[in-house]
Amino acid sequence: MAKRWQIVVVLAAGVLLTACAGKGTKPEEEAGGGTAPAVEQRALPGEGATATGTGLGTGAEGEALGGGQVQEVHPLDQPGSLLAKRVIYFDFDSAQVKEEYRPVVEAHAKYLASHPSAHVVLEGHADERGTREYNMALGERRANAVKKLMVLMGADPNQIDVVSYGEERPAVLGHDESAWSKNRRVEIVYKRR
Amino acid sequence: MSRVLVALLFLCTLAAPAQAALTIEITRGVEAAMPIAVVPFAWEGPGAPPLDVAAVVEADLERSGQFAPLPREDMLSRPSPGKPVQFRDWRLLGIPHLVIGRVVALGGDRYAVEFQLFDVFRAKALRGLRYTVPAARLRSVAHRISDQVYEALTGIRGAFDTRIVYVVRKTGPDGKPRYTLELADADAANARPILRSREPILSPAWSPDARRLAYVSFERKRPEIFIQEIATGRRERIASFKGLNGAPAFSPDGKRLAMVLSKDGNAEIYVMDLATRKLTRITRHWAIDTEPAWAPDGASLAFVSERGGSPQVYRYYFADGRIERLTFDGKQNLRPHFSPDGRLLTCINLDDQGRYRVAVLELETGIMRVLTDTKLDESPSFAPNGSMIIYATEIRGRGVLAAVSVDGRVQQKFQVEGEGDVREPSWSPFLD
Repeated sequence: MAKRWQIVVVLAAGVLLTACAGKGTKPEEEAGGGTAPAVEQRALPGEGATATGTGLGTGAEGEALGGGQVQEVHPLDQPGSLLAKRVIYFDFDSAQVKEEYRPVVEAHAKYLASHPSAHVVLEGHADERGTREYNMALGERRANAVKKLMVLMGADPNQIDVVSYGEERPAVLGHDESAWSKNRRVEIVYKRR
Repeated sequence: MSRVLVALLFLCTLAAPAQAALTIEITRGVEAAMPIAVVPFAWEGPGAPPLDVAAVVEADLERSGQFAPLPREDMLSRPSPGKPVQFRDWRLLGIPHLVIGRVVALGGDRYAVEFQLFDVFRAKALRGLRYTVPAARLRSVAHRISDQVYEALTGIRGAFDTRIVYVVRKTGPDGKPRYTLELADADAANARPILRSREPILSPAWSPDARRLAYVSFERKRPEIFIQEIATGRRERIASFKGLNGAPAFSPDGKRLAMVLSKDGNAEIYVMDLATRKLTRITRHWAIDTEPAWAPDGASLAFVSERGGSPQVYRYYFADGRIERLTFDGKQNLRPHFSPDGRLLTCINLDDQGRYRVAVLELETGIMRVLTDTKLDESPSFAPNGSMIIYATEIRGRGVLAAVSVDGRVQQKFQVEGEGDVREPSWSPFLD
């Protein structure tokens, strides 16, 4: 029971921090929908939060914190890191991965390559414009584009599943470009890390 | 345990009590709508009649946008079958056509309904029929009378005794979406859910005998194609291949289902023989190919492809495998659907100003006309008589259904009671 609480607090802190870190790189949907980021580390509530807030990885690894507990932040959970970014955005009616998102794709590809048991689902999405079935195909095409790039960068194709939701699961509700631009996306959802 | 599951499934798929009442409002009618009088039908039976049949007929004709029914309070007399009609009264009111009728209780839930349509100026009966039905079928009989009147006066078969299917998305008490596949009469009455899910439902398509629906459901977190029998709620998973399973469309003979699968790499059109489940691949291209639509003769399929750089409508001929491009106007053209006579194709046209609107392409001439003035239209489909096109659009941030006549002159908006987005309409074939 107590352990549960710790995890919840660490999780909450992590979500808060990542929300602040990248500008809208982590839509609410990810927290609620796909993978609830599994937290593997064990830490005391307060310390966990502090460690994630200040440390960012290197310092945390193997560093003994008060009470002799070992604090390990999983690389996928490091706020502000490329691996913490899980959403790739696209231009209208395009499935081309933009230059600015290649480092994110690459970071996940490298992670998959170095963690052969890890598995992701790439969820492809489209904005509401156009027809639903066309957008289903477009969402899949976007997810496939990310998959292809990840494979070129070293991931095993068997580590990657693709599913398209078309325009059915908008990240943001609204009927203007500011909403649409956030809905044309691929979400990287870890099923196994 | 399994019995509980079966019961639950039944609860989900069988007709549950109507929850979202739908009404239709005419937003634009024909300027020279034809005056007509539909006299309240005489009632021979105990108490009050189970249905005001004339009111249903009147509403049908008015909703078509082509008729202007005379208000009941303006009628000088209320003739009924078997008695002489004072045509002079109706000529005075400038009414060229008159519908009268009678409902007789035969006892034991049997009712005889008869009607007569008159040409007032020539004092001549144009049509008259008698139906014997249980009370539950009276509304359907009223629509059939509307069909008869419409056909006698316009030369076009009426499509009032038909149905529509559509998807409603609402937000549940937990803040998460709820989807229902709903069925309603073409006049929006009798709306009832036939499938509920917490995951998206899309692309409902009618079998040509109007007894089954194919649709895409995400109930297992990925798109799969199902066919559901309307009367029993029995359903079957038809396609669950890796990747996309979408855009189902029954062939005109009901034996095959065109669909989109991406199991071989990317979105391609396939045709499945429903008896053997054998797949025939139709398209072979790295570009997106989707949204197949059968020509009424079954000899060709229209579909959307972005092989030319932007999504446009193409046509595949089964005889020789030839593919030709059909649309050239606009930045994109999506979701084609043939008119029942095969002469027209409706689709969604994207113009330079970013508007997605319902358009009609005349296949012989290649002339395309845009019919609507909304911005986010989707899913156009013809009524079985080819007179109207029903489609989904967005008005003030909300998904609604609307219909437009093929000449653009009549426009209707479907209002669903309560909140929720309505989308993915499809008009049934004729029910007989």
